[in-house]
Amino acid sequence: MYGQGILKGLWVTFRHFFNTYVDDIRYAGRKYFRQENFPIRQGLKAQGAFTVQYPEEKLAVPERFRFTPFLVVNDPDHPEAPGEDWCTSCGICAKVCPPQCIWIVRGSDPTTGRPVPQPVAFFIDIDICMNCGFCAEFCPFDAIKMDHNYELASYDRTTHHIHDKQHLSKPLSYWKNIAPTTALEEAVARGGWEHPDVLKAMKKAGQTAVTPTWENMFAKPEPPAKPLPPADAADADPAKAERLRKREEALARKRAAEVGEPVQPAVEAAETPAPAPAVPTGDKPKFDKQAMLEKIRQRKADKG
Amino acid sequence: MVDHPIVETTDIKAAVDALKQKFPDTIQDDTRQGYGGIIVDKNHLVEVAAALRDEYGFDYLSSATAVDYFGISDHMEMVYHAYRTSGGPALVFKAQTSRDNPEIPSLINIWPGVDFQEREAWDLYGIRFPGHPNLKRILLWEGFDGHPMRKDWQEAYYEEDHKPFESRWPDGWVHRAEERNVYGKNVKYPADFDLSKLSDKSEESLYADLGLGVSIQELTDESHIKTDRLVVNMGPHHPSTHGVFRMIVTLNGETIETLEPVMGYLHRNHEKIGERNTFLHNMPFTDRLDYLSSMGNNLGYALAVEQLLANGARYQPPTYRAECIRVLMVELTRIVNHYWAIGFLLNDLGAFFTPALYAIAEREKILDFFEATAGSRMMCNYMRFGGVFKDLPERIRGVASRMNDLVRDYNTMEYLTELINERIPQSIDELDEYLTDSEIIKSRTIGVGYLPPEMAIAYSTAGPLLRASGVPYDVRRADPYSIYPELDFDVAVRYNGDIYDRYLIRLDEMRESVRILKQILPRLERTAGEPIFAGSKQHTPRVPLGEAYGRVENPKGELGFYVVSAGDEKGPQNPWRYHVRAPSFISLTALGPMCIGHKVADVVAILGSIDIVLGETDR
Repeated sequence: MYGQGILKGLWVTFRHFFNTYVDDIRYAGRKYFRQENFPIRQGLKAQGAFTVQYPEEKLAVPERFRFTPFLVVNDPDHPEAPGEDWCTSCGICAKVCPPQCIWIVRGSDPTTGRPVPQPVAFFIDIDICMNCGFCAEFCPFDAIKMDHNYELASYDRTTHHIHDKQHLSKPLSYWKNIAPTTALEEAVARGGWEHPDVLKAMKKAGQTAVTPTWENMFAKPEPPAKPLPPADAADADPAKAERLRKREEALARKRAAEVGEPVQPAVEAAETPAPAPAVPTGDKPKFDKQAMLEKIRQRKADKG
Repeated sequence: MVDHPIVETTDIKAAVDALKQKFPDTIQDDTRQGYGGIIVDKNHLVEVAAALRDEYGFDYLSSATAVDYFGISDHMEMVYHAYRTSGGPALVFKAQTSRDNPEIPSLINIWPGVDFQEREAWDLYGIRFPGHPNLKRILLWEGFDGHPMRKDWQEAYYEEDHKPFESRWPDGWVHRAEERNVYGKNVKYPADFDLSKLSDKSEESLYADLGLGVSIQELTDESHIKTDRLVVNMGPHHPSTHGVFRMIVTLNGETIETLEPVMGYLHRNHEKIGERNTFLHNMPFTDRLDYLSSMGNNLGYALAVEQLLANGARYQPPTYRAECIRVLMVELTRIVNHYWAIGFLLNDLGAFFTPALYAIAEREKILDFFEATAGSRMMCNYMRFGGVFKDLPERIRGVASRMNDLVRDYNTMEYLTELINERIPQSIDELDEYLTDSEIIKSRTIGVGYLPPEMAIAYSTAGPLLRASGVPYDVRRADPYSIYPELDFDVAVRYNGDIYDRYLIRLDEMRESVRILKQILPRLERTAGEPIFAGSKQHTPRVPLGEAYGRVENPKGELGFYVVSAGDEKGPQNPWRYHVRAPSFISLTALGPMCIGHKVADVVAILGSIDIVLGETDR
């Protein structure tokens, strides 16, 4: 029958039209106001078309999302060197930058003239930056990272679009906040949360370097992205309490290992009980530090 | 077309030997370090090319490009890559000419597909092609001074020959380019160029070949109806051109007599930028070519440079997991691209945006995965030489950190499994149900824009355009790379060569991609935790001398990267030549012939069925 194909197509259109209102009917017109709906609407279970009500509502940004770069500095409450740059002005980011938008002035000692591992000035022209992430990828000191802030519009490009060092510097806690998994991986790869060059400088100055431990990496205020539940809440939720207990155990093991001789990672991995399989508890997402730690150790063991 | 029996040669070497016997004094091996193929005396180039096509079966000329060896051996050369549509590797042949008076006979009568590529070589290198009927600039405009790809040509904002630039470190006080190059001083005109006659000159040369002295001519057709012959400009600013693209159409009434594409509005001399860059720097630039399928572009470039690196001593090929991830990404990209192509083909047919939005709704989920893995939805910059940027994340976890810290969090493998097994097949079926039987679509597309298979091959078209004309040529099977040989899939092919078949073949290819992806999932699970990088990641690898042509079956067709590493004996850090064989660009050669005899409204649909992206066409 002529016209059958068009009718079939119209039926598809009708289905789409109907699907768009399924959520409205289900939540009685309140689909945008229910926070539980957020992951559903922005995931595979989404039904029908929906609009993200920008700027009242925004899309979730994944950890690896890259926009313009920023420089990592010590937290303001760092015991020895608050706000100190991690950057050593080695210039690798400036070299790998495809559009060459990074300008660095290397520091030098005013008396001896020898280079000092700290930049005097650091500029990024964000008009030129192509957000490729090479600087962050190849920085050997984890000192430059890609930011998630994509709202950079300003009224005047000549005064606002060249970011200087002050504008670029953000504390480590910010990085741990926006990219908890990556920050943890990097910290393990570094062997601690401190900058090697800072540690060296502190040793030179006669200060005792802080031994990097898991405790001082994560006993600090937790990233707000996954705030620690209040104690009673943890008691109320047995799964959570179990996880906390496991984490404490892991930390204790880690401390013990660090006090003693350098541990063979592979051996330790064998001793540690296998991490609990990632069974989703309820529909709450789970970030299992123990399993992650195990994995990273394993990877390090495989590498070396 | 083929009068002589095709010489049965199993490999390229046999073909070359046979060719040498036939043309004893005109052919030599290319013996430069790292180079392959043959050098043909340019005076006999046409004969050799004709023999290659007719007697040895190299009927498909994939790429023709120029290289300027200024300062090395002070000559220019054209490099041709010819393939058999029955499959197999390339026969590379070159013709050399002097830099002062570069001239190489045109091969347009052997392979009409070199039309635009020779014009590009004239435009960017200043090589003349006697025999080419329409040799004029293609990407640049008439008022451009010089031929910018020549090694001694410098751009207005020239800093240095190679990146990294000295001024950035260790004394990198920032300065903007315009501070050093005051506005108004960045354009140079040829000596004989009169600015006051600007529009006249450039337009004149465009209309010169249309055979019209005036723009409107009165005609009477067979049935004694008075019509006009007139010239119509479609574009550059027109929603149907998928960007900034112009077609000059001569109409007889409403019937198209000639059509000439005009491009270059988005030209940025990508290849010159590529020569200033280091090898790695080019990776994010390839994203910007066909910006709908950046993963595929990345892979093509990575393959080309890996071919070069493989000549060196310390090269380790990508690990198996890296290859699996690459194929995963590339096939997802193909699905993304075909959603887009089908959706916007319907736009061109007049179904304004409803089908397009239905098609790209699923694309969104794939882009979410790209974003969580590579860091960006479209400018993925994911492949590296010898692996990929990072392994798949364990969880696709996003936080609306700019707003209210709401979290979405899925297990990556679960997400992929559901996406590949449920969502994508469903939505492909839905598109099928929605569009395939529609009488409107059928009457607009069946029999329109017919491209016969011989012409599709001769015009060097690629991808869905070629395969919808009944030529089952797919680089993944014809000249396999990565882990495609071990994967089970069919090369989609349709035989009618019209718009409808080009639409259907995209559906077929999406289904084949889903089939591949279903085989990739268990491989990913099996290799979980294995390294994604063999050896160490280097940011400025020294690349051994030589040439390489990396080609992949991108969603839009064969994407090739011709990369030459020359100059520095220790292994240069910057490519000497970086050429992109862009499928959209070369497929447009066939646009004119396909449109003749159709109506104006069909031009839009035919252009939509080629599926071009101007980022790649104009480079």
